Amino acid sequence: MKTGERQSAVSPDRLSHLKRLEAESVHIIREVAAEFRNPVMLYSIGKDSSVMLHLAMKAFYPSRPPFPLLHVDTTWKFREMIRFRDEAAERAGMRLIAHTNHAGVEAGITPFTHGSSTYTNIMKTEALKQALNEGRFDAAFGGARRDEEKSRAKERIFSFRTENHGWDPKNQRPELWNLYNARIRPGESIRVFPLSNWTELDIWQYILKEDIPIVPLYFAAPRPVVERDGQLIMVDDDRLPLRPGETPQTRVVRFRTLGCYPLTAAVESDASNLSEIVAETLVARTSERSGRLIDHDEQGSMEKKKREGYF
Amino acid sequence: MNKPLAPNDFEAYLDRHENKDLLRFLTCGSVDDGKSTLIGRLLFDTKLLFADQLASLERDSKKHGTVGEEMDLALLVDGLEAEREQGITIDVAYRFFATEKRKFIVADTPGHEQYTRNMATGASNADLAVILIDARKGVLTQTRRHSFIVSLLGIRQVVLAVNKIDLVNYSQDVFDRIVADYRAFAAELGFERITPIPLSARYGDNVFARSENLPWFEGPTLIEELETVDVSRDLNDKPFRMPVQWVNRPNLDFRGFSGTISSGTVQVGDKLAVAASGRVSAVKSIVAMGEDDKARAIAGEAVTLTLEDEVDISRGDVLSAADNRPAVSDQFSAHLIWMHEEPLALGRTYLLKLGTRTVRASIAEIRHTVDVNDLSEKPADTLKLNEVALVHVTAQEPLAFDPYAENRTGGGFILIDRLSNLTIAAGTIEENLHRASNVHWQALDISKGARANLKGQKPAVLWFTGLSGAGKSTIANLVEKRLHSLGRHTYLLDGDNVRHGLNKDLGFSDADRAENIRRVAETAKLMVDAGLIVLASFISPFRAERELARSLLQPGEFVEIHVATSLEVAEERDPKGLYKKAREGQIANFTGISSPYEAPENPEVVLDTASVSAENNAETLVSWLRAGGYLVSSEDWVI
Repeated sequence: MKTGERQSAVSPDRLSHLKRLEAESVHIIREVAAEFRNPVMLYSIGKDSSVMLHLAMKAFYPSRPPFPLLHVDTTWKFREMIRFRDEAAERAGMRLIAHTNHAGVEAGITPFTHGSSTYTNIMKTEALKQALNEGRFDAAFGGARRDEEKSRAKERIFSFRTENHGWDPKNQRPELWNLYNARIRPGESIRVFPLSNWTELDIWQYILKEDIPIVPLYFAAPRPVVERDGQLIMVDDDRLPLRPGETPQTRVVRFRTLGCYPLTAAVESDASNLSEIVAETLVARTSERSGRLIDHDEQGSMEKKKREGYF
Repeated sequence: MNKPLAPNDFEAYLDRHENKDLLRFLTCGSVDDGKSTLIGRLLFDTKLLFADQLASLERDSKKHGTVGEEMDLALLVDGLEAEREQGITIDVAYRFFATEKRKFIVADTPGHEQYTRNMATGASNADLAVILIDARKGVLTQTRRHSFIVSLLGIRQVVLAVNKIDLVNYSQDVFDRIVADYRAFAAELGFERITPIPLSARYGDNVFARSENLPWFEGPTLIEELETVDVSRDLNDKPFRMPVQWVNRPNLDFRGFSGTISSGTVQVGDKLAVAASGRVSAVKSIVAMGEDDKARAIAGEAVTLTLEDEVDISRGDVLSAADNRPAVSDQFSAHLIWMHEEPLALGRTYLLKLGTRTVRASIAEIRHTVDVNDLSEKPADTLKLNEVALVHVTAQEPLAFDPYAENRTGGGFILIDRLSNLTIAAGTIEENLHRASNVHWQALDISKGARANLKGQKPAVLWFTGLSGAGKSTIANLVEKRLHSLGRHTYLLDGDNVRHGLNKDLGFSDADRAENIRRVAETAKLMVDAGLIVLASFISPFRAERELARSLLQPGEFVEIHVATSLEVAEERDPKGLYKKAREGQIANFTGISSPYEAPENPEVVLDTASVSAENNAETLVSWLRAGGYLVSSEDWVI
């Protein structure tokens, strides 16, 4: 194919692929607001959450989204994330519910003392269930995408949860066209994934096109890190116990995904603006979630966590 | 596409990528035809696998692989533990890849008959189907079943991928025979284009690269076909349709109708009709965040429209071109794919969701089922899991619809079981039937349930409690209007109509207030027995009396709604000037000033009137009632 001869594949009367994705997400978000009594949007502060929040703003404009934001705060998030979270909720004019599993904090559960699996279960999965129960939410939006991981590729857009927040992957409701079945009994709930059909590249391109604010940690900058088990962990505060021989060193790094800082590896990169990030994504040879240590614990680990109520 | 790009090329690349066309397709066929392997091959050959995914694939191949020492590409897509263990696909998986020309979303659907519903899920949003056939086995029942469902769901473009051609020595005879068999079967399915391709997903022959082993084949490779096939459905040329999802009312000056345009285009000034009521108005503006003065919108866009006139429109209505409207009827024929172990019961009431509307409906008659083997039609009086039939649907309210062949959104519906809440069938509307005389109602004992059933509702008392000036009556009035427009039977009890008659002998002492509420509660109970939805709007400051009212009714019938606002806000509003008088000592025992208000501890609903408009609060409550099953009747509810 000669590039010079190429015409744009999309005429003015056809929606580009990003426009189609945007319209699908907006439709999903509106369905939830119309059909559920008490929805909530899980806001994890990452780039996907930023896009999801932006889509919610679009869906209801000029009204505000008719639901609050919920952040499950493990107390181990990067400090820059918490700052960004509060600003984002303020900008959106939405109520922010920040929930921490205080019983877990009191029991001294940390990523170091209990291993990433137990820690995640107690400080994320359990905390999430507590928050959903306390708020009596019947629907919760999550920013997960099907291209992230194999069990997510199988999940419905409206994903049914039992009273105990469990997911039964072998018995999902059929989901045809854009007709979502929102019927549940009291205590049951639906997790809703408006970004199901987006890829990582779509997310970045949309952020670029719509000028959506994201946490500065995504951009390369000199940061204090230690190299541990082949991964770069940022020393975000003095709670990170250093192993013998470890000395924090300053390297130019950025994050492809954001979570709890002791469990989220940085990558060395010079990408300091959005175009450079997208360019880097195009040539990336390591998938996004590999920077998340929780997926590495065991085979099928995401599916297992999801069955237990994780997002 | 994974070569590093120079900065100049990069901008051009992004532009191209952003404007790429999108093709959604599914892969289907029988078990072991190699669907998952084929998708694994597409991901592998488009180099969309990351280093860590390859490492994990090698690890999985050793543990679960079915192809010896080689990498088992199917393991890339079988995501569930049970699937990897059993080596089968249970549920549809969605995969994403791109070439220089197009972006693709693939639905990899399961081959086992028992998971046909998951296959239909994947097919419903696809524009093209890749139907796989194992060259050694030829056309099987499941090939036919999937082809039929693909055709039923409106897919007109098919690729017939004759896979594992390496295992039959790349034989042209075998290929030609299978293609002839398939064409004979598919002649009646209405496909516009069938493209047969011999290939080997495992070795990559004719997937991306033209195979040297198949010199006799002159057609396209799979990827050439996928990149160039024209699947545009020209939705813009069809009449305008937009099912209303949500009424957008941020303040009294703005009333917008939000939804996704399912067909046609719309411009400011266009005349639109509300399909069911027939009311007509013109488009005043097309509202979208970040797009000021948007003058036109096209099929597939999610927009908010405002109209020139005050027209009563709510969720479930269909906005349509005034000069080309959909059918509005409560009787239509449709094809139904049954998706549940429990068979169809003729005459039973199910919930039918079409567009943004959910109504009660039943199947009055099965015209015939369709045998997937030879497409022959057979009579039947029930429909079992995975069976397909042409049926006659009776909805309990008229619906606006288009034939599915004209508009997928306008004619595609699901049936939901009211007890289990499961999606039990998918349907595609064929044509309108106006034959009301065919419907026969069953005689029932005249009980509370029977009366309520007739009204299509679950009787209840909506008890609005809150300070004077909180907005109880305003919201109760709006809710009553809304329920009335939905065809529900209601009655509003409030201080005005009770204190002038039934309770005119009562004053405002604590004892009289208690008696006032007792009488209201007893009256409401009688009305619930008559099957009504009663809206009771009373300050009712004391918990004990509200609990008394609750105790007179069955569980679920008393809905306590706290219309919440602070005393400061209520007093500032003071619509009747009562707070001022109370402050001046002209009214004794005034709630909030000289008499306490005991807020509900566990109300069913709390409406915040300080920051939310009365309209939105009313809408919230109606949605709550709908979600709680108050607006659908239930035979099981007969007492």
